[in-house]
Amino acid sequence: MSNLAIQVCGLGKQYHIGHSRQSYTTFRETLIDVFAGPVRRARSLIRGQATGAAELDETFWALKDVSFEVQHGETLGIIGHNGAGKSTLLKILSRITEPTEGYVDIYGRVGAMLEVGTGFHPELTGRENIYLNGAILGMTRADIHRQFDAIVDFAGVEKFIDTPIKHYSSGMALRLGFSVAAHLEPEILIVDEVLAVGDAEFQKKCLGKMGEVAGEGRTVLFVSHNMAAVMNLCEKSLHLRAGQIVHYGSTKDVVEAYVSQSDEVPGSNLESRMDRRGNGRFRFYRFAMRNTAGEFVPTLISGEDAEFLAFFRGERPLNMKSVQVSMKVVSVWGERLFTVYNGFSGDTFEGNLEAGVFVCHVPKLPLAPGRYTVSLWSALGHDEIDWITDCASFDVVAGDYYGTGKAPDIQTHGAMLLPHHWSLSVAEHERQ
Amino acid sequence: MKPAVETLPQTPVVAKDAYHLRIQPTRGWSALRLGEVWEYRELLYFLTWRDIKVRYKQTVLGAAWAILQPFFTMVVFSLFFGRLADIPSDGVPYPIFSYTALVPWTFFAYGLTQSSNSLVVSANMIKKIYFPRLIVPVASVLSGVVDFALAFLVLLGMMLVFGVLPTAKIILLPYLLLLALITSLGVGLWLSALNVQFRDIRYTIPFLTQFWMFCTPIAYPSSLIQNDTLRLLYGINPMTGVVEGFRWALLNTDTAPGPMLVLSSVVAVLLLVSGILVFRRLEKTFADVV
Repeated sequence: MSNLAIQVCGLGKQYHIGHSRQSYTTFRETLIDVFAGPVRRARSLIRGQATGAAELDETFWALKDVSFEVQHGETLGIIGHNGAGKSTLLKILSRITEPTEGYVDIYGRVGAMLEVGTGFHPELTGRENIYLNGAILGMTRADIHRQFDAIVDFAGVEKFIDTPIKHYSSGMALRLGFSVAAHLEPEILIVDEVLAVGDAEFQKKCLGKMGEVAGEGRTVLFVSHNMAAVMNLCEKSLHLRAGQIVHYGSTKDVVEAYVSQSDEVPGSNLESRMDRRGNGRFRFYRFAMRNTAGEFVPTLISGEDAEFLAFFRGERPLNMKSVQVSMKVVSVWGERLFTVYNGFSGDTFEGNLEAGVFVCHVPKLPLAPGRYTVSLWSALGHDEIDWITDCASFDVVAGDYYGTGKAPDIQTHGAMLLPHHWSLSVAEHERQ
Repeated sequence: MKPAVETLPQTPVVAKDAYHLRIQPTRGWSALRLGEVWEYRELLYFLTWRDIKVRYKQTVLGAAWAILQPFFTMVVFSLFFGRLADIPSDGVPYPIFSYTALVPWTFFAYGLTQSSNSLVVSANMIKKIYFPRLIVPVASVLSGVVDFALAFLVLLGMMLVFGVLPTAKIILLPYLLLLALITSLGVGLWLSALNVQFRDIRYTIPFLTQFWMFCTPIAYPSSLIQNDTLRLLYGINPMTGVVEGFRWALLNTDTAPGPMLVLSSVVAVLLLVSGILVFRRLEKTFADVV
């Protein structure tokens, strides 16, 4: 008990979700809503259905009955799909938002890194932004002054330290932001996904720094999609799904269970997904896959033709001519593998449809046996219609991609398969 | 939004220098907790400093804007109200009469506008990091002090030109400035907190400041009101006390604002306290709604 850093008890967070009745597609509808909207909102306010200008008529629990303990010096990984409640948990722990029920006891000073470079102002120089960002993160001026050289050095921006950061490349600004945060010295450090940014080399540096922090015996809470990073840094992990803890224990066990969870099969119903973006002109409600024979299947075979299907429906017919749709495939380790996008392939659609299904045909599926996660996105021009990250997960089982009977292993060879050919010739010029 | 935080007495189970924080839902009205703002005073300093620093970046005239705005308003007022409408000015030249009022007024209106929009402008910070949210509107109001100082220098210059000598009453100026600041912040707190939920506020602010300006004796003297009781009641608008106070202290007008100033001060403090309470009440929803 004496070494307790964080105790979370029955924590829950309820959100209200605003639903706009429909998306605006024409000027006329927009105009009508400008006048009809306030009347409608006023009416629902009077009926007590809404608490603000937004039309709030639905609630959901982003987090429910979450309890766990973290000891001083422990590093805890928090994993789960998007919308599982990870960010909500971090926001409560870092006091940005208040829980709806339950409580958290924290023993020690907390430093939260939910974003890199919070409060950076483009007009201010690197030096000025270090002081500003440091103050926002809770460092005193004396702290920042003492660490200043180390911060600049770690970020590698000595030459530009007196240049306004609006002239920085996005990578430089990110490095500077991470560097300031990395020099915080709290007893408990809360980190959200910040390592998912920046180039590979800098990510490695960040991970190294995180490892250092954890090695110093400080308490670290670390949210990431990057399983490799979680396994490297954290002894214990917590797997959240739909706002609840599914697994809690040693990172190895939790990650293994997470990777092999069998209840999230493809074809999963997308209707209940709240964590979507876009104007909702139509919504994806189902994701499915078909094999070479055109049968719906829960798994695909490496090297065989595959079809991915995204079912959608809206309230009114939509001219599909300029609609764009894409699907991103991510490995369980969180690596982005590829995106299939009708903008890349140059395909366009036809017709006025209220509902339908987008079908993406992928010949000779170039994926090694393993588990993959897909995200769906669609847009009309610059307006996103519907966008769900981590829609569904599917398995690929061994097949004969190379036609040689050899199946690569995802762990040692990587996830992607590539048609290739080796040959041998005599290196003529080397002989001279 | 902000969790309830109690710093409990240290218990033997935790290390000596450790502190304990409890995060739990709060209901209803919460305490003012101004001590926390004091703890974060360095952040307040840096945010104010940032607002000042960034204010006139990428403008050609730079800080001259701080002077041009009240100055040209004064020119327009002098032409139309002073010359054409021949409005009385308590025995001092009309230009300096109106400018003396415009300097604190500009400070007030700027603080009101900036602080009302401050939370929405800082939405990203509010969603990503915890700090006492009160700091955001306070920094916005404070950053106007530099503009005030510049405009005030011009006022001193004008006093030289018009041969108006200040008296010992000038020592009351800091108090009057504080009164303008409190009023500005009080209203700013109300509006900034409401603006998070209802963006309608943003569109009412220009209208509100304009309306308020005409309700304040800037282009005209409060001595136009003959009835003494009514004139006193005019002080319910705290800016009346501020503006008449400025004239009284600097221009030596005989509109000694004594009781009016007391009334104005009371109203200003009420605005501030109620503003903080409302702000605290709505604070916990900021990160979710903004």
